Parts: sequence; structure tokens; C-alpha cells
Amino acid sequence: MPEQASNFAFEVDLFYYFLTALTVVFTVAIALAAFVFMVKYRRRSDGEIPEQIEGAMKLEIAWTVIPFLISMFIFAWGAKLYYQMYTDPKDSLEIFVTGKQWMWRAQHPDGQREINELHLPLGRRVKLTMTSEDVIHAYSIPAFRTKTDVVPGRYTTTWFTPTKTGKFHLFCAEYCGTQHSGMIGSIVVLDAADYQAWLKGAPRDATPAEAGQKFFTNLACNNCHYEQGGGRCPTLAGLYGTDVKLDNGSTVKVDETYIRESILNPAEKVVAGYQPVMPTFQGQVTEEQIAMIIAYIKSIGPKQPGGSAPSANPMTAAAPAAATQTTGAATPGNQPK
Amino acid sequence: MASEVMGKTESSVNYLNVTTTVKSWLLTLDHKRIGLLYLFAISFFFALGGIFATLIRLELVTPQGDLMSAEMYNRAFTMHGVIMIFFFLIPSIPAVLGNFLLPMMLGAKDVAFPRLNLMSWYVFMIGGSLMMYTLISGGIDTGWTFYPPYSSIYSNSQVTIAGVSIFITGFSSILTGLNFMVTIHTMRAPGLTWFRLPLFVWAHYATALIMVLGTPVIAITVLALAFERTLQIGIFDPKLGGDPVLFQHMFWFYSHPAVYIMILPSMGVVSELIANMTRKRVFGYTFVAFSSLAIAVFGFLVWGHHMFTTSQSMYTGMVFSLISYAVAIPSAIKIFNWTATIYKGSVSFDTPMIYAIAFLGLFTIGGMTGLFLAALGLDIHLHDTYFVVAHFHYVMVGGAIIGYLGGLHYWWPKMTGRMYPEIWGRVSAAIVFIGFNLTFFPQFVMGYLGMPRRYYAYVPEFQVYHILSSAGASILAIGFVMPAVYLAYSLKYGQPAGANPWMASGLEWQTPSPPPTENFTYQPVITHEPYEFEHVEEIKAARKAEEIQMA
Repeated sequence: MPEQASNFAFEVDLFYYFLTALTVVFTVAIALAAFVFMVKYRRRSDGEIPEQIEGAMKLEIAWTVIPFLISMFIFAWGAKLYYQMYTDPKDSLEIFVTGKQWMWRAQHPDGQREINELHLPLGRRVKLTMTSEDVIHAYSIPAFRTKTDVVPGRYTTTWFTPTKTGKFHLFCAEYCGTQHSGMIGSIVVLDAADYQAWLKGAPRDATPAEAGQKFFTNLACNNCHYEQGGGRCPTLAGLYGTDVKLDNGSTVKVDETYIRESILNPAEKVVAGYQPVMPTFQGQVTEEQIAMIIAYIKSIGPKQPGGSAPSANPMTAAAPAAATQTTGAATPGNQPK
Repeated sequence: MASEVMGKTESSVNYLNVTTTVKSWLLTLDHKRIGLLYLFAISFFFALGGIFATLIRLELVTPQGDLMSAEMYNRAFTMHGVIMIFFFLIPSIPAVLGNFLLPMMLGAKDVAFPRLNLMSWYVFMIGGSLMMYTLISGGIDTGWTFYPPYSSIYSNSQVTIAGVSIFITGFSSILTGLNFMVTIHTMRAPGLTWFRLPLFVWAHYATALIMVLGTPVIAITVLALAFERTLQIGIFDPKLGGDPVLFQHMFWFYSHPAVYIMILPSMGVVSELIANMTRKRVFGYTFVAFSSLAIAVFGFLVWGHHMFTTSQSMYTGMVFSLISYAVAIPSAIKIFNWTATIYKGSVSFDTPMIYAIAFLGLFTIGGMTGLFLAALGLDIHLHDTYFVVAHFHYVMVGGAIIGYLGGLHYWWPKMTGRMYPEIWGRVSAAIVFIGFNLTFFPQFVMGYLGMPRRYYAYVPEFQVYHILSSAGASILAIGFVMPAVYLAYSLKYGQPAGANPWMASGLEWQTPSPPPTENFTYQPVITHEPYEFEHVEEIKAARKAEEIQMA
């Protein structure tokens, strides 16, 4: 068995063992029955015609109903695990991952960036938000028993809690072209002290929100999206996580997907009361830059009551010391739920 | 090749020796000859697909890429998949054995539309030739699944031509399916009611249903892909405003049912083999018959289980998982009924039975491991690993190909009038069984350990499993080459088979081997159920001989 290094690993393995046992039981039973029947009832003379048996209704019902019940149990267990894997945890360390032929880039909330490696703190819930710059990839960590496709044009997420320190394989699991098998790396799980040391020592750029603010200005977004409102376009301050009314009467929640769509395809969902004057930025920004702009828009989102930001977590209490250098409310992990 | 067989020892006129010119073969409307034309074509493609499999297994002996370049490896596994699936497995049993046997099992002279039948072979050959052109002009490197946007924008291989080839080949499948359905509905002999049909026919009816309803969807899908690639029409690529996951929905809407196009006919063959090799009525005939239809129908509703990690909604995933378990039930019913059929039978140990029993074991493993993959939370870990590769090879090779080989041995005397050498048949069946398990069982293990599919180079800890697998593959290759040799040998040197060497109950055995062009010299009238052995003349004769000996 591969190492069990996440909160999911134990139960996935248990499930796997259960199904393996079931398979062995069924296969051996069938093989044994077939073998015994074959030997016992081997043909003894050329003219032999055995007694014919039509079938047996009770047996048919038994071997329809029993496998059905067993399979419903398997379904329920699988669905329960899937539900856990699918349900975003509260209070997690959020990392943005981009797949690109043939490398993995990760962007940490405090500005650390890495390629083909991902350093994680032990025992802390981690949520990855991922997209691809080109073709479909899949972020697979066998030791964590997790895998999620990384699809261009949309965000996918996955989460886990590393439960063991060490270095684990990171594989691209969805065939992505010539160097698919070279699109591998490692997940490094560190205990609290080592993780803090890594955070301090890792090469660091501006945090995603800071960088996003820079792009926001460089791309001249602020020529129309005024901070105080009143421009040709809606103000973005305090917007993230709220519902806005569109010109077609429907409402949409301002989340990562909507912001991304509005940057690349602004005419698709126009806010009520505004003209579709915004040009597309398709081809001018990379997925990573879009993610930074989103981080910036999040950072100027509604103020959070209480300190629910991950940086308040005692596990990483030292990390925000670095983050406090950032300006104002731009603590990047501060995302409303 | 067949013209060498005919004439010399067979005194009667049969479908092989009635005419001998090449033209008479290429313009034949005889379903039996068309079956043989398909046999030559798919044997060629099977050998070609096997060569690519060999290249893959050789490369994977060592963790680093050394035998070939990554580009070539990617082309090798893509061509292996495309050729084996579209040009061997899908046509294998239906187009060869189905074409040859279906009209005979119905007591008919031919299929309903003989010209359409010949046309389907030509369409197949045109599609196959285009795939050959694809191959020699550089091949494709997208995997047989053709996922965009890699296939539509990024790959610089021959995706468009390959797509057109599959588009064309699909029509041969549709024509064959249509022909089978109409034939089964309209050409049954007097007295041959639906519940007197051999289970082979039921299985082919279910298969034909999928061919006719499913194949147009893959045709549309590959065409849309070709349009996006050549004309930049945004259908799948997000940069052009498309949705890459839409492709996966459309692709699997056909390609999952296509798995049943491959396995259902094999199940039909196994029903015939087990019944006739044990001289027993198939236990629970109606359950086995209807389970084929259930598989065909449910098979259309489970495509989303290929996409549990692809960001479809959680509840979508749950629905697809639930329905996938519904497909497992009819397969389980078949397994149980086949096993029960052997009980108190008169079991022969001839090659067809060995293949049938190998099918039973391997398909059970293939089917059970499908339960792992349909289980949502577990599939997340197993998806796109070698576990999946092992699973579908247990179903496709352990199920479909084993069934095909068993059927080929069983009906070989009918097709050629000659017996194959029985001892070599048994030995090769055993070699196939051993080689197969050694090849694919280690893949389950390394898949669970995390080895991803379609990797040209891999981390060294998986090497031991790859070595076992490659060793098994070389044994398997021997097992596949042997029948090609001794079956060809038997064409000239095999013992004359006589009409019914297995003392089997089917209608196809009540006419000479090889059969005359019109199949029967009389109009068969059916008065009893399919697997009744009291009526078989050869058994009666054997019994009489034994009684005389006793007395």
C-alpha cells in the first residue's frame, strides 16, 4: 500500500481492502464451483445426455437481490467519501495551482511560489484552487488518495489535511502531451517549526493580492472601476461574495468563477445599469495573473466580522508576521465563506 | 487462402469452393464469406495492435525512457488503443462470428440486406486504410480518448485524419447492427420464436441496439473535433469559447456503451460454449437473455462514471455511480447462471470449454474490479492509474478476446470443415490464461500504489511490477501467435470435421461443414428450445454405438 499521509487515506484503504476481500470471495467461490462441477461432472461417454435443469426462480431472485444489496452498500460508502472530499472545508490554507505543459506552479497566500513542489504544514486543512493554462491536467497525490482534474477555462478545487511529514509524489494523472510523464513533482509536508522556517526562507514575491493590485493598475482596470464608485463600471470594493443583479434580471454571486469570466468574457453577464463597454482581456493575462487580480478583489471585499482568516490559526501564527508588511486589508487568506 | 482448402478433399459444393476467383470473394454477398473477409481484416489489425503493445511493454521494462522517444511512446499507446478498440474489438465477434453464424442460427439463407453487409466491409476497409495512412504519416498522440483541447489545438499529430477514419468506420458498425436487427426480426425460420433463439442471437440483438443508437454520437463527436481543429470553430476549447468537458460527455456517451459492444457478443459466445460443451440447457435462459438487453439499456446511462474527477457536480457523480451498480447486476446474473449450467452437466474439456471457463474467471475479476471504480470516493484515487488499465484489460482481453478465441475454435470446423489440433488448442489456451494474468494482475497492484497511466517514464519503485507485466506480455504473445499458426496449418492438414463434431444442439450444426452457400438444403422448421440435446443425431448415434458395445 502507498503511504497513508492524509485524512482520507485510512478510510479509502479500508474501503479498498473491503472490496478486495469481496472480490476474492466471489472469484474464489465461482472458480471453485466451476472447477468442482467440471471435474465431478466430466463427460464419461460420448452419448451422455445429462438430466436437464430449467433454472430455479428462488436462486435467480437470491443472486439478483443479494448482489444488489451489496452493491448499494458499496455505492453508499463511496458516495459518503466523495461527499467529504467534495465539501469545501472552512478555515483552510488556500493555495492556487496552475498546470501548464509540463509543470505545476503553486502560489501561496503569503507570496511564496514554487514549481513542481508544494510545501504544506502538517495537520492543517489545505484547499487547492486550480486551473490550467493549456490542456487538461490532473493533480494527483497518491499518498493523500486525492486527484482532481485541472481544466482550462474553469476552476476546480480539492482539499485534504496532511497527516504525515515527509516527501510524497505529485503526478499529473491526465494525459497532457509529450512530456506528460515528466510533469511530476513532490509534496513536502513539514511540521509546524519546519514549515515556518520554510515560509521565511522560501523566495517570495508580493502576495497575490498585492500583485493583483499592481496588475489592476497596469491593465488600467482602475480607469473605469473606481474605488469609490461612480465610474463607467461598477466599483469592486466590498463586492466579493455578494449577489449582484444582471441586466437580464437574473442575479449572480460574485465568486472566483464569475470574476474570471468577467475578465475574459465581460459581455456575458453584465451588471444591471451598466453598458457592456469592457473589452475582453483574453490573451493579455495569464491564469496566474487572473488569480492574483481575484485575490486583490477578494482583499477589498466586505470586511469580515471576527478573525476567521486562516492566518488567525495558531498553527501559522508566525506567518502573518510576514504578511503584516502588506498594506491594509490585503491579508490574502482573508476570504469570506 | 481459403481457395487452397476447397475442392481437394471436400467432395460437396460449399460456400468456399462454389467459386474461386478473387472477384467472387470481393463481390460476394454471402454472409459467410463476408465474415471471413472481416476475419482477415481484423486479424491484421490485431497483429498490428499487438506490435504496438509489444513496443509499450518493452519501453516500460526500465523506469527511464530509453527504447524510444516520448513522442513515439505516446503514439504507440494511442495507436494500440485506437486499433484494438475501433478496428479489432468492436468488429471482432459481431462482424466475424456474428456475420457467419447469425443467419444459420436463424435458419435463414443470408442476412436481411446482403448488399449492405458487403458495403459495411468496404466501409470498414476504407476507414481502416485511412487509419493506416494516419499511421504512416506520423500517427496520433492523443490517446484513444482524444480529449480536447490537447487533441483539438495542441497536438501536432494526425488527429483530423484519424477522426475522419473513425467517423467512416462507425458506419460499418451501424450497417452491421441494422442488418442484424432486421435479420433477427424478419428472417427467423418457422417455429423459431424469440425464446427458442440461441443466447448468441440475444446477445447480438442487444449489441446491434447499441451499434445503431450509440455509434452516431461518436461520429458527431469526432467530426466536431475535426471542425474545431481545422476551422477553429469553438466547441471544446475554452479559448474559443468551448467546453472541454462537453467532449468527455459526448465521447463517453458512445464509448461506454461501446464497451458492451465488445463484451456482449463475447457473453453470447460463452453461453453457446458452456451449453454445448456441458450438453446442458443454459440455466435460467430467460434471465441470461434479458440481462443482455438490460446491459444494453443501462449501458447508455452510466457514461459519467468516467468523469468523477472532472469537476462534474457532486450529485451528477452520485447518480452515475448509482446507475453503474445497476449495470453490475445483470453481469452478475450471467456469471451465476453460467456456473449453475455446468452443475450436473456432461462436461467436455475441449479447447472451447477451456476458453469459456477462463472467461468465467477473468470476467469475474474484471467485473468485480469495476465495482472499485464505480465507487466514487475510491475512484478518485484509482482514476487514471494502472488499476483502470488492468480492469479494462481483464474485461477486454480476459472477456472479449478470450470469448472470441473460444468461439473461433468452436466454430472453426464449421467455417473451414477442418478440426484444429486439439492438444495445441488446449496448450495455447493455458498459455494465454497464464500470460494474461501475469501481464495484468501486477497492474492492479501498481495502480493502487499510484502509478499513473500513459507514462513514458516512471519513478523507479514501480519497476518490479512493470517487469512482471512485460514478462507476462511475452508469454501472452506466444499464446496469441500459436493459434494463428495451428489454425492456418489445420486448413490443409486438419482432420475433416463432419457436420457436427461437438455433437452440439445449434441449428448451424445441422448442415454440412463447410455449409453450402444457401446454408441449408432444406427449410429448417424449429420444434423445440435451443439447448435440447435429445434431438441431436450424432449423440443418438454415439449412444447406439455404446449400447451395442455394452451388449
